[in-house]
Amino acid sequence: MAAIEILDLEKCYLVGFWRKRRKLALRPLRLTIEEGEVFGFLGPNGAGKTTTLKLLMGLVFPTAGSARILGMDMDDPRVKSQIGFLPEQPYFYDHLSARELLNYFGQLSGVPAKGRSARVEQMLARVGLSDSAGMQLRKFSKGMLQRVGLAQAILHDPKLVFLDEPMSGLDPMGRREVRDLIQQLRHEGKTVFFSTHILSDAEALCDRVGIIHQGELRGVGAIAELTSERQGKIEIIFHAQKVPAGLTSLGAEARVSGDMVNAVLPEEQQDAALEVLRRDGLKLISLTPVRSSLEEYYIQKLRPTDVQREVRQEDDRKGVGV
Amino acid sequence: MNSGGMNSRIGYIAFNTFREAVRDRVLYNLIAFALLLSGAAILVGEISIDIERLVVVNLGLTAVSLFGVVIAIFIGIGLVSKEIDKRTLYTVLSRPVRRWEFVVGKFFGLTGTLVVNTFLMAIGVFLALLYVAHKFEKMDVWVLVALYFIVLQFLIVCALALFFSSFSTPLMSAVFSFALFVIGSLAEDLRGFARITHGVGGWVATAIAYLVPNFSALNVISQVAHGDPVPGRLILYNTVYALLYSAMAISGAVLIFQRRNLK
Amino acid sequence: MSATRRVNLVAIAVLFFSMAGAMAALHAIDYLRRGSVAQDALYLRSSKVLRRLSLGYTGLLADIYWTRAVQYFGEQHHAGSRDFRLLAPLLEVTTELDPRLLPAYQFGANFLAPQPPNGAGLPESALSLTKYGIEHNPEQWRLYYNLGFLHYMEFKDYAGAADAFAQGAKLPVTNALMSILAARMAQHAGEFDTARMLWVTTYQSTKDALIRENAVEHLLALQVDEDVTRLEQVAEKYHEQTGRLPASMGDLERAGFIHGTPADPKGRPYKLMPDGRIEVQDPESLYFITKGLPPGAAPPQPRPVVKPDSK
Repeated sequence: MAAIEILDLEKCYLVGFWRKRRKLALRPLRLTIEEGEVFGFLGPNGAGKTTTLKLLMGLVFPTAGSARILGMDMDDPRVKSQIGFLPEQPYFYDHLSARELLNYFGQLSGVPAKGRSARVEQMLARVGLSDSAGMQLRKFSKGMLQRVGLAQAILHDPKLVFLDEPMSGLDPMGRREVRDLIQQLRHEGKTVFFSTHILSDAEALCDRVGIIHQGELRGVGAIAELTSERQGKIEIIFHAQKVPAGLTSLGAEARVSGDMVNAVLPEEQQDAALEVLRRDGLKLISLTPVRSSLEEYYIQKLRPTDVQREVRQEDDRKGVGV
Repeated sequence: MNSGGMNSRIGYIAFNTFREAVRDRVLYNLIAFALLLSGAAILVGEISIDIERLVVVNLGLTAVSLFGVVIAIFIGIGLVSKEIDKRTLYTVLSRPVRRWEFVVGKFFGLTGTLVVNTFLMAIGVFLALLYVAHKFEKMDVWVLVALYFIVLQFLIVCALALFFSSFSTPLMSAVFSFALFVIGSLAEDLRGFARITHGVGGWVATAIAYLVPNFSALNVISQVAHGDPVPGRLILYNTVYALLYSAMAISGAVLIFQRRNLK
Repeated sequence: MSATRRVNLVAIAVLFFSMAGAMAALHAIDYLRRGSVAQDALYLRSSKVLRRLSLGYTGLLADIYWTRAVQYFGEQHHAGSRDFRLLAPLLEVTTELDPRLLPAYQFGANFLAPQPPNGAGLPESALSLTKYGIEHNPEQWRLYYNLGFLHYMEFKDYAGAADAFAQGAKLPVTNALMSILAARMAQHAGEFDTARMLWVTTYQSTKDALIRENAVEHLLALQVDEDVTRLEQVAEKYHEQTGRLPASMGDLERAGFIHGTPADPKGRPYKLMPDGRIEVQDPESLYFITKGLPPGAAPPQPRPVVKPDSK
C-alpha cells in the first residue's frame, strides 16, 4: 500500500495589499511514497517543502487537489494517530518540562495511560534527554528542542513520520544521532518522509528523493540509480595547451587549466578519444569512469528547462507569479 | 466517533492550559493583590469609622473584577494567539486533536484558571472585610453573589479573547477584547441611547447595543457595598445570558478557526 | 458528511441558538432592571467624586447621565408612575459634570416642574436648575426663556417672567418673541394669546421630541379652552337675548352667533349641554384642557408620548 499519495495538491496564496495578486506556493504536486521507504524531499529554502508538509498535516488548506495518507483521506482524523510530525524549528510550551510535554502529547495521541510514563522515559532516553527531562522547556537550547521535537514525533509509535529539516540546529554529533535514529526507524519498518536542503544527509539515508524548486516538483529518483557508478561517461585528463578539435567533435565537455585538459565524454567514445590523443601526441594522465552525484542531479533539476521557462514567462504575464 | 477520546482530549487540553497559566504570571498578581487589599483596608481604617466596609467591598470587588479582566485577556491572548503565532500549535494539531476540541479545551482551561484566581482573591476580600468589620454580617452573602457575577463576566471575556485570537494577532486581540469590555460596561446606557435615537443611526445603535456583551448588569458592586440584596431572577437571567453569550463567542471562534490557514 | 462539515454545522447551529437565547435573556434582564439603572447611577451622588473617577472624561460621563435621566423619565412615564424622585438628582449630576449641556436644562425646565404624572412636581428644583444653567451659560436665550416660562406657568409670577424675558431679549443672539413676551406680561399676562405664544416659543426653542409633543398638546388644550370660553359666552348672550337657554348648536347658528358647527382641534363638534355649558366630545383624548369637562371630572392625563421600548 502506498503510504502517501499526493494527487495534484496545490496551494495558492493571495498577496499584496488588496490580496489580489496570486502566489503559487505549491504547483499541482503529484507524488507517491511507498510504505517502508525513506523519502527525502530536497530543495532550497522557500521551495515549497514546508508548505507541502503543512498541507499534509492539515495546518493549511489546499486550493486544489487532495492526498491520501495510509489509505485514508488526509482530512480523516484517524490518520493523525498513525503519523508523527516534527516541524521546522519547533517551539513548545515554555513552562512545561520535557517530561510533562511528552506526557501531555501522549495523552493527546491516545497513548494508553498504563504504559505512558514508561514510554515517555524510553523516548527521552532515545533522544538523549534523560538528564534534562525535568527542566522547563524555556531553558532548552535549540538542539535540545530539536530532540524534544523528535521524541514527540515518534512517541506514539506512528507508522509514518514527517520531519521538516530534522538536522537543523544540531551539532555534528547530534546530526549523527538523528541519522542513526532515522536508520532505526527504517529498520522498524516505518515510513519516513523528511525535507532537507543538505544533500549528504539525503544521500546517506534515503531510498528515493524528490527535488522541489519554486513550488514545483522537478524530479524524483532513487538514490541508488542517481548515484550509480556508471552514468555512461568517462573522464580523461591529459597534458595539452588547448582542447583538440577531434575531441570536441566526439561530444566532449572539456576544461583547460594550466597545461592540463580535463574532458568528459560518453564511454562509447573511449577508444576514439584515446585515438585522438595518440594521433596528436598528447600525454594521458588518467582515465576514470564518471560517478554522477546527487549534487549534479540536484543542480540540474534546479535549472529551469526551456519549456519551464516559457511556462514561467506566461504565468508572469498573467500575473500568476512565484 | 470517538466521543470518549473527545472528552478526554478536551480535558487534557484544559488541564494543560490551566497548568501553563498557573506557572506563568498568575501567582504573582495574587500576592500583589493581597498586599494591595490589606494596605487599603488598613488605610481606610484610619480615615473614617462608618464607611470602611463600603470601601473594602467597593475597592476589593472592583480590583477583583478589573485585575481579573486584565488577566483573562492577557492570558487568554497569550495562550491562544501566541500559541498560533509561535507554532506551538503545529505539534498539537498533528495529533488526533480536532480544531474545535482545541478551542473548547482552551476555553475551559482559561475559565478554570480564572475561577481559581477569583476564589483566591475573594479570600483576600473577605479577610480584609473581617479585619475592618471584625465579624461577618448577613449582608455579606450578597458579596458572594457579586463575586459570582464577576466570574460570569470572566466567562464572557475569556470567550471573547478566544474569539478574537482565532483570527487576529495577539496585540489586536487584546485591544479588541479590552475595547469590548469597556463598551460592554456601558451596554445599558448604549441601549438607552439607541432607544432615543431615530432613523438609521438608531437601528445601527440598537444592533450594536444588543450584540455588545452586557457587563453592566453583571456589575452589582455598588449595590452590594450598600448591603442591598440582588434579586434571584437577575441571578438566573444573568447566568443564562453569560452561558449563552459565551457559547455564541466560542462557536464563532470554532467556525473561524476551522478554516484558518496557520502560517 | 465529512467530520469538518459536521463540526461546522453544529457550530453554526450553536451560534444562532445561543445568540437568540442570549438576546432573549438580555431582554429579560433589561426589563428586570428598568429603573435600577437610574438607581445605580445615583449610588455615587457626589459630582466631585464622579469627576475624579471619570479620569477627565467628564463630558462623556455627563452624556451618560443625561441619557439615563431621559430614559428614567420615559420609563416612569410609560409605567404611569407618579414617582419621579430620581429625575432631579440625575439632572443635577449631569449639569454639574457638564454645565454646558443645554438639553438637560431644557428637559428639567419642562418636566421637573409639572405635577405627576406629567412631571416630577418640583417647580423649585426646576427653577434652581435653570438659574444654575444661566449662571454657566449667560448667553443662551433659551435658558432665559425657560426661566420666564417657569415663573409664568408654575408660579404665576408675571413680574418675574417679564424680567426674565426682558433679559433674554437683550442678548446678541435671541428669539424675536422674547421682547414681545416681555411686553405682554405687563397687561395681557392671563390671556390665551400670551399662553399660546409661550408654547409656540417652547416648541421653537428645542429639538427634543418629548418637549415638542408636550408643547403641541398644550397648544391644542389652549385652543379648546379658548373655544369653550367663547362658546359659553355666546350661549350666555343668547340666554340674555332670548330669555332661555339654547337647545342646540343649531339655535345659536340660526340666531347668527356662530357659523357652521364648531369643533375641537381634533375635528369633533362641541356638545351644548342643557344648562348652557359646553363640553368636549371625548375628554380623554384632549390633554391639559381645563374647560369643557363634565362636572367633577379631573383633567385627563396624557398617555406616554414616547414609549421606552418602541422604535
